[in-house]
Amino acid sequence: MNKIAADAYANNQATPPGDFEIKDYLRLDLMPHFMCPGCGHGIALRALIWAIHELGIDKDNLAIVSGIGCSGRVGAYIDANTFHFTHGRPLAMATGLKLARPELEVIVISGDGDCLAIGGNHLIHACRRNLDITCLMLNNEVYGMTGGQVSPTTSETMLTTTTTTGNMEPAFDACKLAEAAGAGLVGREVTLQVPTLKNLIKEGIAHDGFSFLEIISDCTEVYGRKNDLGESAEMILKQKSDLRPETFYDTVDQPFRPNKLETGVLVCNDRPEYGAAYRTHTRKGNAQGGEK
Amino acid sequence: MPDTALTNEPNSIVCDGNEAAAWAVSLAKPDMVAVYPITPQSSLVEYVSQFIADGKIDADLMDVEGEHSVMSVLHGACLAGARTYTATCGPGLYYMFEPYVRTPGMRLPIVMSVVTRDGLTPQSVWGGQQDAMMLRETGWIQIYCESVQEVLDSLIMAFRIAEHRDVMLPVNICHDGNYLSYGVTKVILPEQEMVDDFLGEKDTNWHVALDPDRPMSVDPLTGGEGPGGPSTFVRYRKSHCAGMQNALRVITETHDEWERMFGRSYAPLVEEYRLDDADYAIITIGSMSGAGKDAVDVAREQGEKVGLIRIKTFRPFPMAALTSALAKVKAIGVVDRSVSFAWNCGPVYQEIQAVLYQLEERLPAISFIGGLAGADITGEHFARVIESTGKQLAGEMTEGPVWLNENE
Repeated sequence: MNKIAADAYANNQATPPGDFEIKDYLRLDLMPHFMCPGCGHGIALRALIWAIHELGIDKDNLAIVSGIGCSGRVGAYIDANTFHFTHGRPLAMATGLKLARPELEVIVISGDGDCLAIGGNHLIHACRRNLDITCLMLNNEVYGMTGGQVSPTTSETMLTTTTTTGNMEPAFDACKLAEAAGAGLVGREVTLQVPTLKNLIKEGIAHDGFSFLEIISDCTEVYGRKNDLGESAEMILKQKSDLRPETFYDTVDQPFRPNKLETGVLVCNDRPEYGAAYRTHTRKGNAQGGEK
Repeated sequence: MPDTALTNEPNSIVCDGNEAAAWAVSLAKPDMVAVYPITPQSSLVEYVSQFIADGKIDADLMDVEGEHSVMSVLHGACLAGARTYTATCGPGLYYMFEPYVRTPGMRLPIVMSVVTRDGLTPQSVWGGQQDAMMLRETGWIQIYCESVQEVLDSLIMAFRIAEHRDVMLPVNICHDGNYLSYGVTKVILPEQEMVDDFLGEKDTNWHVALDPDRPMSVDPLTGGEGPGGPSTFVRYRKSHCAGMQNALRVITETHDEWERMFGRSYAPLVEEYRLDDADYAIITIGSMSGAGKDAVDVAREQGEKVGLIRIKTFRPFPMAALTSALAKVKAIGVVDRSVSFAWNCGPVYQEIQAVLYQLEERLPAISFIGGLAGADITGEHFARVIESTGKQLAGEMTEGPVWLNENE
């Protein structure tokens, strides 16, 4: 055990936060889960379940749609209506689901590769329409499940199995992209701060419109190891810039990840929600069209 | 050949099928490689990336945002005269489909490995040939390998076949996910200079080119009425079919030349194993053939007059070679690692029906389906296949399809 984890354990801070029984929300027959030790995705899963619990969402009324990748496997562990969908397409699938069953609470769990690379087109159109879906994008900067290849959020100069001399492509700022494409709510949080993350997810679910939440997660096994970023606790401490060592960013050029990583609700607007607007529009259209 | 296998030949390495494919790519010297990772192909593109980083391959590498972009990037590069390569499988292949099906019509000699993976749904990341079998009517050349060495050799030959002026068609080299992608054996690396001689000068875009000095409109709208009408479309289709038929000859010539230069011989279209004095035969495709041959040897020791027919080239369909092989036996059993849902049998079995029509006498045949989603087709399975196939000679028929792994 590393020093940080040992201290936390000694101070009895290792008890998971939240006054609820996580087993009530998990499919225990799928345990043990497949995530690597130190992966941030499990923290995000707990924060999501905590938010669902505090909002009092009925599991029968909850639909979780996930794509392919490490993030895609997270959704299946939740004991609700879950769909493990095609690579990059969970937002498109969720769009059909939410329009057909507006009363469902639809949450998409995606990753940086799923949401920004192979499914990038669906993200910008989901933002543009502003349908009431909450999208959690777990950003670990790498394709973890296939073994650590470069993704659209891999920071410049970083090593992956397909950028063995360092990544030379700039990374996406997913939140700026979602904002520019018109998302109703845009937020970012780190897995270091679980109660804050839980609150952000609650705001995202409660918002009447498309909510895009970037969750900074850590891939310790294939990304952390390859780039010598330290153990899980060290990586988590580096997530939020004011906790990171000042030198961490001095040596590399990362234009979209400034020293002060902005977190919390970054954008919240009152653009009309697409589903309601669509139903009003089609009723109006039917009235105008008259009998056929 | 146990003695040879123990000898340290020059340039022999120990590697899996994905690394062997990367070595073949290195030796074939492509100009452009575009990739997107997918299980069980991922390590192949990692090896290629590493080789490019190490300077072993002087090629541009694009890590693009999905398979659809992979093939689109290669279209652009190939039209500009580049020798191109990629690899994918399963869902990645399905996502690539729109540019994939345009490739042969444009006569772009792109070479692509299909590291075969079973189809969706249910979800599975394991091996199976459903993805490759789905490509049967796309107009690509399709070659299935049995061993890791064959993966390496076939991939180099693929560039020569694809770029041959009588062919000019894209080639898929299929190697079975898990069994060949991760199966480790000794492999002999050909000499770079000899491969250079074998492949000759790059000649990839003499027919269509994005070249400012030779302006042309590539793939304009055709069909319907008018000057670009039905006859233009039919001309494309007829020329494509002719290229496929030419490929049967070119694949054979290329394998002959390979044997002459490198000393390793493979049946280019259809391999016949212990068939000449056989009463009946089993038909296989891909990596299962090794276990099938072992099972044939065992059955032969017990007095069964059984042989094996391995299909190596599946597209173009080797009708003449298969007809001549099937004419030697009186009953067959076909083992597939994928499913033809519409025909309730394996896809290879379904196509073999067309070969049976060419024969003087009607042969009894059984469709066996095994090895789905990573399941093993073992010697015991093949023993069952051989037994059921042989019993047909005594009039004991088995109704297919027989699902080999049904009760496991």
